[in-house]
Amino acid sequence: MFTRPRTWFLVTLAASAVLGYFQNQIDPYFADVLTRIGINITLAVSLNLINGHTGQFSLGHAGFMAIGAYTAAALTMFVGPTIFPASPPQILLLLWFMAALFAGGVVAAAAGLLVGAPSLRLKGDYLAIVTLGFGQIIAVIFRNIEPLGGALGLNGIPAYTNLFWVFAAAALTIYVITAMVNSTYGRGFIATHDDEVAAEAMGINTTRCKIVAFVIGAFFAGIAGGLYGHFTLTINPKGFDFSRSIEIVVMVIAGGMGNTVGVILAAVLLTLLPEGLRQLSGVSPSLHWISESRPLLYSILLIGLMLLRPQGLFSFRRSARVKV
Amino acid sequence: MSATLLQLDHVSIRFGGLSAVSDLDLEIGDNELVGLIGPNGAGKTTAFNLITAVYQPTEGAIFFRGQPTKHLKPNQLTKHGIARTFQNIRLFPSMTVFDNVRAATQLHRAHGIRDAIWRGKSFRHGEQKVEAQVMELLGIFGLERYRDEPATRLPYGEQRQLEIIRALATHPRLLLLDEPAAGMNPTEKVDLMRLIQFIKDKYQISVLLVEHDMQVVMGICQRIAVLDYGIKIAEGTPAEIRADPKVIAAYLGEEPKSVGN
Amino acid sequence: MTEFLQQLINGLSVGSMYALIALGYTLVYGVLRFINFAHCDVFMVGAFVGFYAGLNVHQTSWGGGVLIMIAAMLVCAALGIVIERLAYRPLRDRSKLSVLITAIGVSLLLENAGQLVFGPNPQPFPEIFPSRTFEVGGLVISSKDIVVVIVTASLLAILQFIVLKTRIGTAMRAVSFNSQAASLMGINPNLIISVTFGVGSALAAAGGILWAYKFPKIDPLMGIAPGLTAFIAAVIGGIGNIPGAALGGLLIGIIETFVKGSRYSTWTDAISFLFLILILLFRPAGLLGKLQPEKV
Repeated sequence: MFTRPRTWFLVTLAASAVLGYFQNQIDPYFADVLTRIGINITLAVSLNLINGHTGQFSLGHAGFMAIGAYTAAALTMFVGPTIFPASPPQILLLLWFMAALFAGGVVAAAAGLLVGAPSLRLKGDYLAIVTLGFGQIIAVIFRNIEPLGGALGLNGIPAYTNLFWVFAAAALTIYVITAMVNSTYGRGFIATHDDEVAAEAMGINTTRCKIVAFVIGAFFAGIAGGLYGHFTLTINPKGFDFSRSIEIVVMVIAGGMGNTVGVILAAVLLTLLPEGLRQLSGVSPSLHWISESRPLLYSILLIGLMLLRPQGLFSFRRSARVKV
Repeated sequence: MSATLLQLDHVSIRFGGLSAVSDLDLEIGDNELVGLIGPNGAGKTTAFNLITAVYQPTEGAIFFRGQPTKHLKPNQLTKHGIARTFQNIRLFPSMTVFDNVRAATQLHRAHGIRDAIWRGKSFRHGEQKVEAQVMELLGIFGLERYRDEPATRLPYGEQRQLEIIRALATHPRLLLLDEPAAGMNPTEKVDLMRLIQFIKDKYQISVLLVEHDMQVVMGICQRIAVLDYGIKIAEGTPAEIRADPKVIAAYLGEEPKSVGN
Repeated sequence: MTEFLQQLINGLSVGSMYALIALGYTLVYGVLRFINFAHCDVFMVGAFVGFYAGLNVHQTSWGGGVLIMIAAMLVCAALGIVIERLAYRPLRDRSKLSVLITAIGVSLLLENAGQLVFGPNPQPFPEIFPSRTFEVGGLVISSKDIVVVIVTASLLAILQFIVLKTRIGTAMRAVSFNSQAASLMGINPNLIISVTFGVGSALAAAGGILWAYKFPKIDPLMGIAPGLTAFIAAVIGGIGNIPGAALGGLLIGIIETFVKGSRYSTWTDAISFLFLILILLFRPAGLLGKLQPEKV
């Protein structure tokens, strides 16, 4: 995959198109789960760039997702109808959707710049808290914007998201980030993660690396947010809070920080896990407690991971990976 | 008369009440091999940190290639041509031997993020050039066979060598080596001495060397400066320094005054 | 003017409780350089211990109230020590970030376990101290606020005494400066760290009891908001700095009360965080703290 990334990307794009084309033939529940998997992959891989590869601890990723979701929804629901003729052709709607997603990503990226730039003087715990604070501020801001639904949320988002868009976005995210990080240019990010002082001494502009990581990570989170909004058809500031950010963080940690393949697998696993638990608890009334204790199991998983397998579930290389 | 590469003018730095370096004057010209010695705690690594802009002096000024380093950040200074190794080895633990050196080439790279993502023909050529460059550098110390090993898995001596190579990859004009011979056996030290000379000649750079091992320092340095408690107490050729009573006193303590008598 | 004074009293009262919680954050950060995310949930546990203890004390009395508070403080001190021993100590040598993540995990664990054990719905907290309201020149002062401020001040005084005048307090300060050197002086850092967690958690419990006394509705997620605000207070005052935490708590309590009473009330959370970010950018050591430079 790493030797000819562009080919791999085009193949996956084609596969997504096929998947999207045949979406109606697939069991809707199954399609639902696949959509969530795709969105989570995009979220996890984008956060991995910031946390895993560049070593900056961001706890507010859901905030970028929220910005993307609201921006894209505003464009498709309010801006689009005002500039298009009544009953516009399908192709126009599709193009507009793509533009809306992209715009969501761009606005989120701008926010990433806003968060990344001043945070750069902060290390470790402090950066984590500031990004957490940023995520909260974003939620408060959206809670106060009445035209976008305020605290009650925004309903009636058109259902444009399908498997093609979701997996095309995921493929793009994986491609861009992997291509970036595996180049000589990308070694600067890993160096920033490993030892900032040594990296600076080798001429690497660690500040620039961190900002770029935040901007690109935020961009793809914004796109994921836009996809999410046009999938769930209703969004609410509460849905983009700290626990959402933590869910994504758990995926990155479970996958192994900096391990792209691991993170993808973790995203798949952690999307399937709640579904699996839900099915399990539905099997018989005596197992009902399983779905109720899902958040509890999540927290135990998190603690267990850190104590027992901090390198993630999927790190099999013997190489000297991150000393977590 | 060689051009002045690095100049320190009355440089001092204080940490709280402690003067780590006081009124230091130092000049290094093109293609010179200069040693900086002194007892432990004399301020040698602090001097390195000042030269590489990790610290800014509280008094005095530092000039590199005629320009003041006052408002430069370390990575900018490296772009101008100063590279260093560290007293406690600071390799990048997540990366292989190859990538550690490769990371240091990126400051002079021709390609940025757009090319990395697009991966066109010129990008691939650029990466091939980097490959060749890194392998050549690894070859100086014979480390090519370790290229895909995690850098921190290397034996201690090889890690020190890798750090030197990594610094070289930034195309410096001035190379600062902080105790490169630490932990090496006598054979390795002789090799190191030869290779430092080789690097200096092949790449036409200047080297400032902090070392405790007198065999190494006296063996290859053209000029030596001696620090004690942050003050330069002597400077001269190896022969002059060896005979200087102030230097001897700093290392061995004052001659004991006779009791009674 | 009376409106202003009324808000001020409210602010002092709330600020005192924030100060108690903030002290826990700052004490732990002082010895371990680590933010104990689970601290706010210990606060919650304290309130619930008070709830269950209160069920067994039938009259509202000063003695009974004090007993309840002490019980909560002891239980939470033990809880804090256990958490440190099981979840944080094994990670002592690893990166700060991994301990932070574990702390987040512990926090979630306590919250979710609380929801399963105590039920997610808010419960009414009993009136553990007798209370009445006074009217002084147009102001309505509740004895609750007076109790809160007095208890906080007393605990603060006791803490200052312990830290500055006792051997164990000196040991705590030694460990916070340099744990290795302290151990060479014969101090057992593990013991001191446990004590620190114990003391910090006890203060959180006291805060929890007082909070539940003033706002008598408790639920398993009650610690999140005050915890975050108290953390901001600790950082604003200078994290690791005890008087700073108290100052930060009072400051934030007052500011928050005034904002909540103004027409910008829906922006309260955002404003607190904005404060935090500004402080971290322009005065990262906090109002009373000192910067620690990194050694190269």
